[in-house]
Amino acid sequence: MKSKADVVIIGGGVNGCSLAYRLAKKGLDVVVVEKRYLSAGATGACGAGIRQQWSTRENAQLAIQSVKIFERLSKQLGQDIEFRQGGYLIAVHDEKEMKQAEKNVAMQRSLGLTVNILEPEEITGVVPILDIKGMRAIGATFCPTDGHANPFKTTFAYADAARKLGAEINTHTTVINVKTAKKTIRAVVTDQGTIQTDVVVNAAGIDSKTIAEMVKVKLPLTPFRKEILATERLQPLFEAMVISFKDGIYFSQQKEGQIVGGIPIPEEKGGYKTMPTFAFLSHMAQTLTRYAPVLKHVNVLRHWTGFYDVTPDARPILGEVKEVKGFIQCSGFSGHGFMISPMVSFLLTELIAEQKTSEVLESLSLDRFKGKNIEKELSVVG
Amino acid sequence: MKRSIVCRCEDISEEDVIQAIEEGYTDIEELRKKLRIGMGPCQGRVCIQLVARILERKTGKKISKIRLPTVRPPLVPVSLGTLASENDEK
Repeated sequence: MKSKADVVIIGGGVNGCSLAYRLAKKGLDVVVVEKRYLSAGATGACGAGIRQQWSTRENAQLAIQSVKIFERLSKQLGQDIEFRQGGYLIAVHDEKEMKQAEKNVAMQRSLGLTVNILEPEEITGVVPILDIKGMRAIGATFCPTDGHANPFKTTFAYADAARKLGAEINTHTTVINVKTAKKTIRAVVTDQGTIQTDVVVNAAGIDSKTIAEMVKVKLPLTPFRKEILATERLQPLFEAMVISFKDGIYFSQQKEGQIVGGIPIPEEKGGYKTMPTFAFLSHMAQTLTRYAPVLKHVNVLRHWTGFYDVTPDARPILGEVKEVKGFIQCSGFSGHGFMISPMVSFLLTELIAEQKTSEVLESLSLDRFKGKNIEKELSVVG
Repeated sequence: MKRSIVCRCEDISEEDVIQAIEEGYTDIEELRKKLRIGMGPCQGRVCIQLVARILERKTGKKISKIRLPTVRPPLVPVSLGTLASENDEK
């Protein structure tokens, strides 16, 4: 392992690896340290969706610009990340939700996004297996350029490309301490050796809180266990991701044919517990077969847990913290880290390589929690 | 070309596994995510031990030191209809 680097990134998920790629491309000497294997945390457990339909302007902007990057990423990285644009269909269940949907769509359209409000009978035109009565929908919003990509392949492709540009990626390497002097980053101590550096990026998912504590920075992060199930492979049935904010459900059919989806675990509280629950399986099966009754004949192959690192406003914490020079945050994604990773790494690369900041980055700084008027992201599922 | 099938569910051969190891995927979880071994209906009952053995041969890491992937429920495939019928939704 190198003993010196321009930047040390803690965390080998999609955000850590994409940032390593972009920084290496700028000619910086980058080292990634990952406690387990690449994509072992939230990235590897995620639902693979890429959505641009958000309620806050910053999230919508980040997502729209991320999709533009996703569209050419396979070519850029030289590996197929399985990006497909089948759209996202968001069910609307009542008048109150419809009002919010209209507000969201107006804001999204002002950013140039193509998104439509569908009548109930138009829903099955997009996803034929849905039962409009069963899902209790009075309409839906649909954005045809939303979609999916393979989170593992995206992470591996970024890591391979980063390595080719000279980045060093160390898996099964645990950070023991982050050293500072005069409120400035000095070094990262791992169980495999120490790396001298001026810049540390904290991209450690739910462990970001622990990393920040090493330099006495407090992050308002709560880990929330989430569960997802995958079915057996089926012939192609539908292309869109179906989600509902009211029921919290999301599901889609992946490239190989399996249906993958999740729903909040009933009465779940924050914490680090990882065991999958029957409560989830039962609740998910009931809701999913209510939305698409034909799926009752389909077998569930497995289900797993992952974590959302949730902030008080369900938006990420990005950029340098005021308290420690060179300590950059890249966490708190609240379940949406994969889909906005292209823009997150783009903005953080501008910050680290060119000392350039942006309005979006400023609005997502740790400092915002000191103010009273934080705008909460409402469009959250899972 | 002769292919020795390692994973029947996802049609992955010994050659595929060796190639992935040579590309740097030396963790069984990484191999799983790269090749989808263990993600099919058998959940790795056929392939994982074979892949662990190939890993030992290629990397020199003792099979007893190779951490197997997390076991994920259910043990055998169960239909959504069965899971949904446990108790009726109110």
